[in-house]
Amino acid sequence: MAKRIDVSGLHVYYGDFLAVADVSMTIEPRSVTAFIGSSGCGKSTFLRALNRMHEVTPGARAEGKVLLDDLDIYAPGVDPVMVRTEVGMVFQKANPFPTMSIYDNVIAGARLNNRRMSKSEADDLVEGSLRGANLWEEVKDRLNKPGAGLSGGQQQRLCIARATAVKPSVLLMDEPCSALDPISTLAIEDLIHELKEDYTIVIVTHNMQQAARVSDRTAFFNLSAPGKPGQLIEMGETNQIFTRPEKKETENYITGRFG
Amino acid sequence: MTTTDAPETAPPSSGKRRIGDVAFAGLARGSGILILLILAGVAAFLIVQAWPSLAANTANFLTTMAWEPNVREDPAFGVAALAFGTVLAAAIALLLATPVAIGIALFIVFYAPRRLASLLGYMVDLLAAIPSVVYGLWGIGFLAPQLVPVYQAMARYLGWIPLFSGPASTSARTILTASVVLAVMVLPIITAMSRDVFRQTPQGHREAALAMGATRWEMIQLAVLPFGKSGVIGGAMLGLGRALGETMAVAMILSPALVVSWDLLQSGNQTIAAHIALQYPEATGYGVSALIAAGLVLFAITLVVNMGARYVVARGNKESR
Amino acid sequence: MSTTTTQPPAPGPGMGSPRINLRSGTLPRRFPAALLASCAAVVAGVLLAFSSFGFLLWGVLTAVAYVVIAVTASARVEGGRKAKDRLVTSIVYMCFLLAMLPLASVLWTVFTNGMNRLDIYFLSVSMNGVLPSMDAGGAYHAIVGTLAITGMATLISVPIGVMTAVYLVEYAQGRMKQLLMFFVDVMTGIPSIVAGLFVVALWMVLFGPGHTNGAAGAIALAVLMIPVVVRSSEEMLRLVPQDLREAAYALGVPRWRTITKVVLPTSAAGLTTGIMLAIARVIGETAPLILTAGTSAVSINWNLFDGQMMNLPVFIYSQVRMGGAINYERAWAAALTLILVVMLLFFLARMIGGLFAPKAR
Repeated sequence: MAKRIDVSGLHVYYGDFLAVADVSMTIEPRSVTAFIGSSGCGKSTFLRALNRMHEVTPGARAEGKVLLDDLDIYAPGVDPVMVRTEVGMVFQKANPFPTMSIYDNVIAGARLNNRRMSKSEADDLVEGSLRGANLWEEVKDRLNKPGAGLSGGQQQRLCIARATAVKPSVLLMDEPCSALDPISTLAIEDLIHELKEDYTIVIVTHNMQQAARVSDRTAFFNLSAPGKPGQLIEMGETNQIFTRPEKKETENYITGRFG
Repeated sequence: MTTTDAPETAPPSSGKRRIGDVAFAGLARGSGILILLILAGVAAFLIVQAWPSLAANTANFLTTMAWEPNVREDPAFGVAALAFGTVLAAAIALLLATPVAIGIALFIVFYAPRRLASLLGYMVDLLAAIPSVVYGLWGIGFLAPQLVPVYQAMARYLGWIPLFSGPASTSARTILTASVVLAVMVLPIITAMSRDVFRQTPQGHREAALAMGATRWEMIQLAVLPFGKSGVIGGAMLGLGRALGETMAVAMILSPALVVSWDLLQSGNQTIAAHIALQYPEATGYGVSALIAAGLVLFAITLVVNMGARYVVARGNKESR
Repeated sequence: MSTTTTQPPAPGPGMGSPRINLRSGTLPRRFPAALLASCAAVVAGVLLAFSSFGFLLWGVLTAVAYVVIAVTASARVEGGRKAKDRLVTSIVYMCFLLAMLPLASVLWTVFTNGMNRLDIYFLSVSMNGVLPSMDAGGAYHAIVGTLAITGMATLISVPIGVMTAVYLVEYAQGRMKQLLMFFVDVMTGIPSIVAGLFVVALWMVLFGPGHTNGAAGAIALAVLMIPVVVRSSEEMLRLVPQDLREAAYALGVPRWRTITKVVLPTSAAGLTTGIMLAIARVIGETAPLILTAGTSAVSINWNLFDGQMMNLPVFIYSQVRMGGAINYERAWAAALTLILVVMLLFFLARMIGGLFAPKAR
């Protein structure tokens, strides 16, 4: 199921402003890739360009190639809706639909594609997705309660369950733990470890320890100067990036000496 | 009521700044209290002036359809037919306007090209700027003649539905025409309210829906409509309040009769507001007092509807936070 | 049919089929525009061929043809979900166009009919001594009345409204604030005819029955105008940044000085916009003036406190009630005058609001 992502020469613009310049990289399937870098360096923008979510922002557009296995998601005629069922996303702030129950939240995306799902199919999918998100045991007795009643960490795992219920091949995570306490963060990190068996996972994080803990490969983004576009500085095995970075900028960032 | 608010008391010397503060605060507070007094005054004066006719009325005010108050001896009048006409006209208007208003609000917030969105929204607002008397003139001078053949056709082909039974009016000055014009008039109110709540849909919920592969309409179903429901209902109720109290469009278009009739294509029915405007110049005896009593009923109905609308909106706001 | 524009056979995105192809069935980007243009052309051709061309019919048939073809094509090529999305998109666009229809129609009919009679003569003479059916007379007395009545209503409501807004934003707290805000909202919903009846009742108590004059009309309009002024002013005052107030307090400026010298001037443009929109709203009010200012004045009357006073909205109404062709012509001309005044106020208000928008932020 997991797919490889090949990015070549991707530029992302907001109107006339070039936010991310000329990024090329390969993201391996069944692994966790972390994007690190200071705020505003374009890593989140670049992440959103991987499932065309940046198009939600008015005036945003991307140029370049993003191959999902061998299909270019920016080829003419490609439908962003289809892209997003292949490449799911989890956001910084947990955002379960407030009017829906836990059950309905999990099934919401899958229902879109398959309206005539039988009750037992739906039950299985909900249980499977919630188990996959390590949430089943905690919520199985209150599936019909609103999702907004859960704790922050549980809500975020609910959102992960909701994203995986659509059966994507890639999961993008935009700082999924930045609003959570350490225990909930640990639970999510454990979950990411398990999920990489089945998915290609890309995670944006501000927390370098987190990147070191969860990721197999790490990409470092930076701005050459304020107001200039963000760039990919270096990408490699997480171990190598954190212990022997090739570029001076990476080393400065890792060791806490900025710019 | 001819209170003149002195804009500012004389500029105080530096030693008297406390007095300036006290006076200004008092002036501000006084204005607020004055508004409450005016509102109370509206209710009080209507009740006081309605009372003589209600006391002299020989018929039941709430159940009688006839309107014969213009005599000193045995006046008999009631608001039954008027209240029915008022609610019927407003209900039809609301039925016609609400779906269209939701569509327009969605169009402006989610579909219209971004550069044009505010301009297009402003054009919808222009609908609210046209005076009601002009709508009335347009209704009787342009719209009604256009609708005559439409009504004939409706009576012929849809006549089996009780609401549309014939013979259709040959002037189209019917309750349905009045309601269509009312619908146009309340459209911008409902649209404005819906537009506001749709715009407030949390970005996170919209993105969550899109990120799981929802089309635009599915995103609206998942994230926008559940969120905006109470705002839309509140907006519709505000529109209802406006439609209930609107006078001129009905007074100029409808060819009235004090009956309770469900035949939308035939002349007949009358609303409270239009009845007051038409009868007032000819009112004698208990006439004016009786019209004030009818106005009191209208005031009560709109008060309930408007307070309900504010309540729904306020509760929706609280829930979604 | 235009289903010839299809791309490779769609492997139907539904039912969990293997989604190997992201492109599976997408109509070309320009498909909607092209289809709409061709529908419009074909429908126009057919209608012209049967020589029954009408703009409304043309529009309706084009819309129907477009929706049917677009949704069917989409359902076959892109699948049910996309077809539904396209259907809703079309409906939403049509809702907007549907709302523009009455706007355009009202403006167009008022303009074309009003131009027949709207000239300097119409604007400069009254109906004094003119029999209703004579081909003479104008709306000068009504314009005078409208100016006087709305002017007085504005003079009453602006101080009360703005000061109440100041109270709500700067002073009021807790229950009193909530109560006042609630009742201002309630007051916004008072039907205009009820405001008229209120003044009728008030005048009966104060002066006895049978007194109609311009001042009564102005009070009725003020009742309708005050809540509008309060709400818009309140909004504008809230836009004034808090640090501006604190800066003044820090200099030892007393509170009321801060409000009159800092807060009100900062929001002056916004307040003006709100007041002008409020005037635009009440200047077309008819029902309360029928009850309070009378319907039969024909001569110029500048005195708000003496006798009936004609005004543009009531002039339109009473001419329509007379029902002759010449009366309708006068009504249309007066309606055009009124709309021009309202639109002018509306645009000026927007311009002031736009030009002098709060510089803060």
